[in-house]
Parts: sequence; structure tokens; C-alpha cells
Amino acid sequence: MEAADATLIRAGAKGRVGDPFSSPWRRRLPLLPALVVVIAITQLPFLVSIYYSFTNLKDKTQSLIPEPTKFVGFDNYKQIFSDPFFRQAMWTSVKMTVLAVVLSLVFGTLFAMLLDRKFFGQGLIRTLLITPFLLMPVVAALIWKQQMFSSLFGILNKVLTFLGLSSVAFISDHPLGSIVTVLVWQWTPFMMLIMLAGLQSQPADILEAAEVDGASAFGVFRQLTLPHLRRYLELGALLGSIYIIQAFDAVDVMTGGGPGSTNVPYFVYDESIGGGFRYGSASAYAIVVVIASIIIATFSLRVLSGLLKDEDRA
Amino acid sequence: MSERGTQLAVGERRGMRYGLGLLAWIVGALWIFPFAWTAFTSFKNEQDAQAQTLHHGLSFGRYSEVSHSTTGTLSLATAFTNSLVIVLVSTLIVLALAVPAAYALAIRQVPKWRDVLFFFISTKFLPVVASIFPIYVYAEKWNLIGTRQVLIILYIAMNLPLAIWMTRSFFMEVPRELIEAAEIDGTSLINQLRQVILPLAAPGIAATALLCLIFAWNEYFYAIQLNFANASTMPQWVLGNVSTRGNFLAKLSAASTIACLPVILAGWAAQKRMIRGLSMGAIK
Repeated sequence: MEAADATLIRAGAKGRVGDPFSSPWRRRLPLLPALVVVIAITQLPFLVSIYYSFTNLKDKTQSLIPEPTKFVGFDNYKQIFSDPFFRQAMWTSVKMTVLAVVLSLVFGTLFAMLLDRKFFGQGLIRTLLITPFLLMPVVAALIWKQQMFSSLFGILNKVLTFLGLSSVAFISDHPLGSIVTVLVWQWTPFMMLIMLAGLQSQPADILEAAEVDGASAFGVFRQLTLPHLRRYLELGALLGSIYIIQAFDAVDVMTGGGPGSTNVPYFVYDESIGGGFRYGSASAYAIVVVIASIIIATFSLRVLSGLLKDEDRA
Repeated sequence: MSERGTQLAVGERRGMRYGLGLLAWIVGALWIFPFAWTAFTSFKNEQDAQAQTLHHGLSFGRYSEVSHSTTGTLSLATAFTNSLVIVLVSTLIVLALAVPAAYALAIRQVPKWRDVLFFFISTKFLPVVASIFPIYVYAEKWNLIGTRQVLIILYIAMNLPLAIWMTRSFFMEVPRELIEAAEIDGTSLINQLRQVILPLAAPGIAATALLCLIFAWNEYFYAIQLNFANASTMPQWVLGNVSTRGNFLAKLSAASTIACLPVILAGWAAQKRMIRGLSMGAIK
């Protein structure tokens, strides 16, 4: 992220040399409104967050005895590393994201392979499969909480009882698993669409040649299809992680941040607007999250850059 | 996403082909089941919904109940209007900003266009929590908490990077020769956009707009943080139908169906182009 910022500033500096209305500047003009808006709404607040993280800022309207905001140095950051709850939230975030991304990629790939062949009702089944991705995340979480998992009227427990098994308190006994289930349900269609695009972009002549050579179905898959799909798997994992790492809706609706299900976004929310109103220390948590994201983003942007280079070559 | 199927499994037998087709049907039925069941429940009465049975027949009763809310609570009409205004205005502004930017990135490329593109997408990696407090503090200072304006502003920032990526990739497909011909004819920039580029990229721009609409319609985090007062949107209305007392499962199902239906229909209609947008044009 910072690398991109830096190069951007450099690019801007070069253009400033000489006549401001020279051709490069006229070319940049259409870009400016979008750039200004994005910087004003995302980058400036982030800089203010960094400043907050070194203060003891609290919401004045929410505290009985408002104390003046003062500079506290690295106190907020020291507190982070001794906070077991934050470490727990980090670990929950990692587990939630990795599980949801990997499972939805696996299911998505399998479903894409099922759909990538002619059969009666192909279009209808694809339409049904993508529907969960279109649902409001809040509604998706509610559906699973109330209709599927609920120990009072959930379908799953009705089925378990019918089969003579004892019922399971899914959400209270397996909060993380319940949330991951909803995320996988919603994100599998997305992965499926990406993998389907990948499968259909395979050059047909090479597959035919393999057939003529008498290659087995499994051999074709392992030696031709899988390497071809690598790029698409990377893209799916990257885009899925961007969104799933910020999952808040499912956590809020399903468990309200109960034990074992508080991920980092929910933790920071709880610390601040959700009730703590300690913006200073919550900002410090947020900055740590940003640093972690930069590490992930650096890796991810490399994947994206590879995709752009491929586009150039084409 | 054409209907063609590649001959993936070489030498596969006929029986296996039918078997895999059947498997696809089973998987499709399983995946839609939770939502289909919810839509079904929305036509039951509360007793049947709770017991997951069907003794009292089906009716639209729950739909009329949730659309006539009691005073003091958020009504469907209010939430729907708020959502509609916020979603439409933010998407229009996003397009107005994204089209010129995409022009500068795809057609008359600025120097270092790849870095600029990276910068836009890198803002999506910035966690929401990293910027929410200053936004909250300043929104409070400027009396914007609980207004439509604050959500419109945030949804513009949320969707703009994606819209620029998508629009750029659709612009890249406009044949160079057409643009060059227009330039030789001395067509002005605005007319070039209006007469040559936009008509060709229109389906792509429509898909972009649709995706922005979907993301904004479904958004909940900002809405609950900055908008708990007068300008609540559809996700908040759905959650308002969860009650701690009495039976609510059928009513909640009806509310869920109402809230999701516009987006589901739009998504079904545009499914073939949506993937292009979601993969940010990296996949053709």
C-alpha cells in the first residue's frame, strides 16, 4: 500500500515540472476527481487514526467525567501486546479467514467442474448455486441462525431428532464453525464463478490432443487443468480474503461476539463504537490490523501485478 | 459463462455422465435449500413456521404484517426509501467519477497508470476499522450521524475502486481504430466518450452499476455504526423483525425475502457479466 502511495507521489512530482497545462496534465485531469475523493474518504481518516492511536481520546458524550484528550505516546501499543483478548481475536480472524477461503475454494472448484459439462438444466442449476452470494450477509446469517441451526426450531435439529440422534446446540457449542458455515455458503458461488471462467478458458485443442493421445481423465486434470487453474485459484483466494477478513455482519448477527467467535473487526468495534468508546486505544488496535493487512496486501498485489502483466502480453 | 461444456473428462462413459448431471442437481438443491425454505416459511403462519410443519395452509398474511409496522418502529416504506435513495445516488456519483478515471487509465493512458490502478485497489485492502473512528468523530462533529449523506459518502468510497477497475477493463475492449478515427475527425473529448466509447462499453458499465448497487444495498457495518437514527436502511429493517418476545419466524422470513428479492432478481439477470466485474476484469 505504501509502495503504491510512494510511486504515486513520484509520478505526480514529475508531472509538476514545467507548464501545469502541458499535455500530461490534461491527461491526468479526468483522473483527479476520483483520486481526490478516494484520498479524502479513505487515506485522510487513516492518517487521523494514526494520530488518535497515540492519544487517550474517548467519546465525550459517552463518559460521565470527560477528561481532556492528551498525548500518551506508545502506551496504547504496549497495552495491545499484553491483551490476551486481542491475541485471541487475531487468532480467531486467522482461523475464520483461512477456513472459509479454503473450504469455499474447494467447494467452488468442485461445483465448477460439475457445471462445466452439458447436462439437462445446466443454466437453472448455475442460477440456483449463485443465489446465496447475492443475499444480504445479514439475511444469510439470520437464515442459518433461525431456520437451520436454532435448537428450538432449526431444521438441522429436527432432522437429527427424527434420525434418533441427540440435538446439537450448533451456535453456542460451535460458534466459529457456525459462522464459517455461513461464510462458506455465501462465498462458494463466488469461487465457483471464477473457477468456471478458468475452466472455460482452457484451450480446447490441447484437451483434444490429450484425448487423441489416450490420456486418462485424471491425468488430463492433474497435468493440464490444474496448472491452468492456478492463476484463477490465486485470484479467488485473494479476493475472498479481502472480503472475508473483514467479516462483521455474520459475527454480529450469529453470536454477537460470543466466546471463540470475536474476530478482529468485531473486537475493535466492541472496544469503540460498540460500547467501549475508547477511540485512542481502539485506533492502536486498528493500526496493528493495518500493518498485518499491508503484509498480506504486498503479497496479494504481486499476484494482481502478475495478472496485469499477462494482460499486457495478450 | 456460455452454456458450452468442455470435454473435460476424456473417455468418460455415458452412465457416469448422467450420474454427474444428477449430482449437479443434488448440489444445486442443497445449496439453495436454506433460502428456498425461508421463502417457503414466509407464506406459513407463525405456529407452522416454528414447528416446521404445514397444517394451516399458505398465505400472504406475513407480508402484509411486516409491511404495516407499528408506530415507533422503523417501517418498511422508510427503510426502503432510504436504501433506494442512498444506493442510487451513491452509484450515480461513483459512475460519474469512475468513467473519466477509467478513460485516463485505459484509453488515453496517463504515465504510471499501473501504479495509479494499484493505488485505487490498495484502498480496498485498508481495513474498514482503520478509518471508521475519525469518520465517526467528524460525522458527530458535523451533525451527520443518522443522515443519508454520510452513508452516500461512505458507499462512494467503498465502491469507487471496484468501479474504476471494472470500467477500465471494459474500456480496454473498445477498438483502438474507432477512437483514433474519431480523433482524426477532430471529435472533442466529451463527444468521443458520448458517441464512440460509452455506447460500446454500455453493457459493461451497466454491470458495474449493478454490482455497486448490490454491494451498497447489502451493506450493514457502516449503516449500523453511523446510521442508527433516522436514515436506517434495509438490513436494519430486517433485523428489526427479530423479536425477543412472541413468535416471529414467519414474519422474519417474509422480511428477509422482501429485502433480498430486488438484488436476487438483478443478479440473476446479470449473472453472466457479473463475474467479469468481481474478478476485476482480470479474467475475460
